[in-house]
Amino acid sequence: MSAQQLEMRAGESADLVLRGATVLDPLAGIDAPHDLVVRAGRIAELAAPGEASADGLEQVDATGLHALPAFFDPHVHLRVPGQEHKEDIETGTRAAAAGGFCGILAMANTEPPVSTPADVESLREAARTAASVRTGFLATVTSGMEGEELTEMASLREAGAVGFSDDGLPIRSARLLRRALQYQLLCGGTIALHEEDPELSGSGVMHEGPVSAALGLEGIPSVSESTMIARDAALAGYEGGRIHVQHLSTAESVEAVRTAKTAGVQISCEASPHHLCLTDEEVRSLDPGRFKMNPPLRTESDRQALIEALRDGTIDCVATDHAPHAAEEKEVPFEEAAMGVTGLETAFAALHTHLVLPGTIELGLLIERMAGGAKPFGIERPSLALGSEANIALCDLSAKWTVGEDGYESRSSNSWCAGQELTGRVLMTLAGGQVAYRLRAFSLGVAA
Amino acid sequence: MKHLLSINDLSKAEIEAILDRAESFAEVGRRDIKKVPTLRGRTVVTLFYESSTRTSSSFELAAKRLSADLVSVKAVGSSVDKGESLKDTVATLSAYEPAAIVIRHPHAGAAQLVAGWADAAVVNAGDGKHEHPSQALLDVYTLRRRLGPLEGKRIWIVGDVLHSRVARSNLIAFREMGAELTVCGPPALIPRGLAKLGCDVEYSLDRLGEADVVYALRLQRERMRESFIPSIREYAAHFQIDSRRLGRRQLLMHPGPVNRGVELSGEVIDSPQSLISEQVASGLVVRMAILYELLAAGDETPIPAAGDDAGRPTPIGQPA
Repeated sequence: MSAQQLEMRAGESADLVLRGATVLDPLAGIDAPHDLVVRAGRIAELAAPGEASADGLEQVDATGLHALPAFFDPHVHLRVPGQEHKEDIETGTRAAAAGGFCGILAMANTEPPVSTPADVESLREAARTAASVRTGFLATVTSGMEGEELTEMASLREAGAVGFSDDGLPIRSARLLRRALQYQLLCGGTIALHEEDPELSGSGVMHEGPVSAALGLEGIPSVSESTMIARDAALAGYEGGRIHVQHLSTAESVEAVRTAKTAGVQISCEASPHHLCLTDEEVRSLDPGRFKMNPPLRTESDRQALIEALRDGTIDCVATDHAPHAAEEKEVPFEEAAMGVTGLETAFAALHTHLVLPGTIELGLLIERMAGGAKPFGIERPSLALGSEANIALCDLSAKWTVGEDGYESRSSNSWCAGQELTGRVLMTLAGGQVAYRLRAFSLGVAA
Repeated sequence: MKHLLSINDLSKAEIEAILDRAESFAEVGRRDIKKVPTLRGRTVVTLFYESSTRTSSSFELAAKRLSADLVSVKAVGSSVDKGESLKDTVATLSAYEPAAIVIRHPHAGAAQLVAGWADAAVVNAGDGKHEHPSQALLDVYTLRRRLGPLEGKRIWIVGDVLHSRVARSNLIAFREMGAELTVCGPPALIPRGLAKLGCDVEYSLDRLGEADVVYALRLQRERMRESFIPSIREYAAHFQIDSRRLGRRQLLMHPGPVNRGVELSGEVIDSPQSLISEQVASGLVVRMAILYELLAAGDETPIPAAGDDAGRPTPIGQPA
């Protein structure tokens, strides 16, 4: 987790013991009740329940709770600079901590976009005082996201950009992406790609199919995504570059990534909780607050293909694409509404409720994929192994809660699962060795 | 019935009840005094964000024939020009405590949103490319008067289905009434997955002869520039309804306004098979019936018979 470009605010290192927690980290090979001791922000001891020596430590009764490696989200919109009415570093990272995340990567499609070394440096400086989880910043691939010329990628890397992305927009020009991949050989930094052929997606607002036909809404065909993935995978293979495909939404896209991986291309990809849980049938409600995003919600067979790919590893990780918007940007007719939904605070609970509890995927697999977003960007995965920095999500897997009932940590409330009852709740998050979040009721001892 | 947002919300029996009510208003329309006091003292707001001749004028006249107070707001020249949001505009108009808001908007779902914000009954007078339920009702009314029950009748909807809210609402309404539907047009103008709505899809007029009714849609000229069709000439050559293609026993409908010489040739518009002007006349009585159904149906006040004093308007300046 300690990639040097990630920043968070300085604070007190945690000294505590989680008494009797079920510690589950498949990669570290741990799955049993333990007293988990954190000293000076590191995992100091994994003792049998009741056995840990705990003098001078805060005692947390974690009986019946799960201690999981905290999650890593490679796709978050913090909206800074320029759109602080939607979110900022403090509120966005607080939302991340509340969702059990210990690290996030912020997208560069701000106003103005993050395109210069000074932009990256000022964001990192702000994160050093405001971020409650480790926060990395991507810079744009093209200057000002205009798709015309490359940013100074090497200088941006030196300033601390974790990687590059024009997320929000595709890189239309194959020539320009090819140049970026060539330049990547010099400066490194994974290029994260929002895959969409604007010639095909046009001004579409939802998936193209029977539902868009019934609603009279302009559709975004599946092939607008998959054809661009195929193109960019071919370019990455040709240049030996490293790409990460953002928010996969269609079965055709899964196939394109699978083919590229088989061919040895350095390609990774992510899927978002809303694409794994919902389909375009939801759009019949014409509720843009919960169901308008890009890429759009697809069909049930697309959703099943994503789940299968999550299982077999074609999809490396879950990424929320947390996209906060103000109420007035969503309280308008569907076609006029802003694209995007929030997801940090609900990602784990939603996937636990919709995929793990019905038996569709195993809890261990979900944990792997929730932490899997670090590796594609060269960041060490959060771990519960002895000696690791404390990055822990303490969860009550049987707690039921209604999303939005007590408001949100995020500044915006456009959650795709607003009003849903979910099962599984993050009670406490340790990030970067610090206590980043406690559910108020839990810290008062009234929860669970 | 609290609102009229989608034709999907109505059963066959509910559609027939509205059409029967419209028949009785047609009778009122033949009297010297064409006005009834049903909505006296109540306010109807029409809120039009798009240009309209038929729909706006017929809703306005319908409200007046029912003695309602009418406020007509057009987006052009109103606060909408100054950037006021739909929600704020509705809040402003709601201060007048309207009984009904009739809204036309360029985007799908606008009427549904207004229904969530306002206490008034909301009528969707067209939302984007989504729905136009009052048009569907007046078309069923027009056709029922000519053909009787629509059970088993074969109706072809021809033209730019992709961009047509009329096509969507009419497809649902005609099917609900038991008709068999075929949609026909150039492939790029037929939405993908449309057949799931319960219709056949044809890409040529070769089998048009099977139709009892041909419902032609307006082709907007800018579609050519967006490459949906290669040219207006090519479209007309393959999809124009003219006297050569329209059989003598087939009826012709069109929601208007017509592009003469594009989707329809001049001679079929004016032919005896054309129901186009009957559709416009039906618009008034059907929209009276819609407002009646939403605002007065529970009152059990029958429409006053001709010669009944209650049917006369109250002279100005006298108490009602």
